[in-house]
Amino acid sequence: MSDAAVPLRSRIWAGQVIPVVVVVAAIIAIWYAGAVWLNAPWALDQAGRDEVELSATELVADTWSQERPVLPAPHQVVQDLWKSTIGTRITSKRSLFRHAWITLSATLAGFALGSGLGILLAVGIVHDRTMNASVMPWVIASQTIPILAIAPMIIVVLNSIGISGLLPKAIISMYLSFFPVVVGMVKGLRSPNKMLLDQMHTWNASRSQTFWRLRLPSAVPYLFTSLKIGVAASLVGAIIGELPTGAVAGLGARMLSGSYYGQTVQIWSALVMAAILAAALVALVGVAERATLRVMGGR
Amino acid sequence: MTPKPVIEARDLSLTFQTNDGPVHALSHVDLTINQGDFVSFIGPSGCGKTTFLRVMADLEQPTDGSITVNGMSPAEARKARAYGYVFQAAGLFQWRTIDKNIRLPLEIMGYSKSEQDARVARVLEMVELAGFENKYPWQLSGGMQQRASIARALGFDADILLMDEPFGALDEIVRDKLNEQLLELWSRTGKTIGFVTHSIPEAVYLSTRIVVMSPRPGRVTDVIESTLPKERPLHIRESADFLEIAARVRVGLRAGTLEDV
Repeated sequence: MSDAAVPLRSRIWAGQVIPVVVVVAAIIAIWYAGAVWLNAPWALDQAGRDEVELSATELVADTWSQERPVLPAPHQVVQDLWKSTIGTRITSKRSLFRHAWITLSATLAGFALGSGLGILLAVGIVHDRTMNASVMPWVIASQTIPILAIAPMIIVVLNSIGISGLLPKAIISMYLSFFPVVVGMVKGLRSPNKMLLDQMHTWNASRSQTFWRLRLPSAVPYLFTSLKIGVAASLVGAIIGELPTGAVAGLGARMLSGSYYGQTVQIWSALVMAAILAAALVALVGVAERATLRVMGGR
Repeated sequence: MTPKPVIEARDLSLTFQTNDGPVHALSHVDLTINQGDFVSFIGPSGCGKTTFLRVMADLEQPTDGSITVNGMSPAEARKARAYGYVFQAAGLFQWRTIDKNIRLPLEIMGYSKSEQDARVARVLEMVELAGFENKYPWQLSGGMQQRASIARALGFDADILLMDEPFGALDEIVRDKLNEQLLELWSRTGKTIGFVTHSIPEAVYLSTRIVVMSPRPGRVTDVIESTLPKERPLHIRESADFLEIAARVRVGLRAGTLEDV
């Protein structure tokens, strides 16, 4: 029986809902408390200058409603999110939907490039001794370089040869997302045991027959695990790609301009939007995974 | 009519180089298997019985001596699809139905679609799995999975069937049933069967010849011709002939191991 088929009441009793609600409530409570703690100095400072005494209630109310708080309260972020998405025309430069779409398109392009590159590299590494010895160390080395350090260089170099816009961001996104795919696919393509490979040998199967009929299907569960990590990494890459360019659009640009002008609420709503996007992307990969495994006879 | 030799091993040796020094898996083995024989290899672990079978199948390379399968080298015989090999585990692909699993070697060997259909239907019938073609392996019991694995090895008409402890992981009741079915299949098809086991009753019940092997170095210590008739109901295992052969196998096994101690 799937989870969705279980009525809500029995799910509550089965302890599936209450723990989630408790954790969410705790996070929100800590967030509000944090807002009081971090925003109180400014509120007290203001009150001191205006020479007014703040009661405890007034202090709390102030910390939750400042225009440029150190830490905005959850409802301020929600209000800003609402205002900049539903409350703004999609064509407007202020529409968060528009910014999210710009980042999302770079993410998807980077994810497609990264997954493709990762799968190709993994196939090469598994089938070719030289590639295994020569490429794998570089793949690992590539991830030890801080992406923030080379992102501006990628943008500048590509710009100088006339490439700008979506592609440079997609390439940075690819740089982050190909790695988990390579590692997962290499492991997956090598997962068939000796007996299964011997069996193919007794049938005199060629390398390509062994690849398509045994190695690739065996690698599918590994691939999806990697893709989930890869798609989240793609989003991070696309956002990082927007930071050093002085980009005018995208979630990264919103975060950067928010920090220039002290618009903390704007930073947070861009952050929350990025988190929602990431969760949706990972969930989508999960749906594709379940559908694929069902076609492959999963129980 | 003199029986036609199918597998001939002459002075066959195989030494594995390991970190603990050389391991003599096979040492100076001479054996001829004739067409239509059911030959069992029995012995304690490390006696080289599986290695011997793997050499026949071109899965291991001998370091000395010679071996021919159907008059060819094992590699040529493998490419000519001279044998079907059944492993200890069923080795079915979890993402393929039983039908698709049995079809797998046929696809690899390039049989036409209609030829595949006919062969799959025929071997499913042979192992009594008709009606299960659309099930996935995990939906079948262990015994049924092993039967599917045997069906898969039968699909491409190899004259030789090499079986490496195919029923080792199954319980005794299922094993009895499968032994009976295997004998029936053997007498119907006239295939030559090489069968590795560590069960004395299984070896005696199934075989026309029993090859007793002993370890360190792996070698043949006795070859026993069975006096049992070709027709073998399960209760033949209580007959005097059966018990006598079993006793001889046991003596051979003990002799091989005692020398060692």
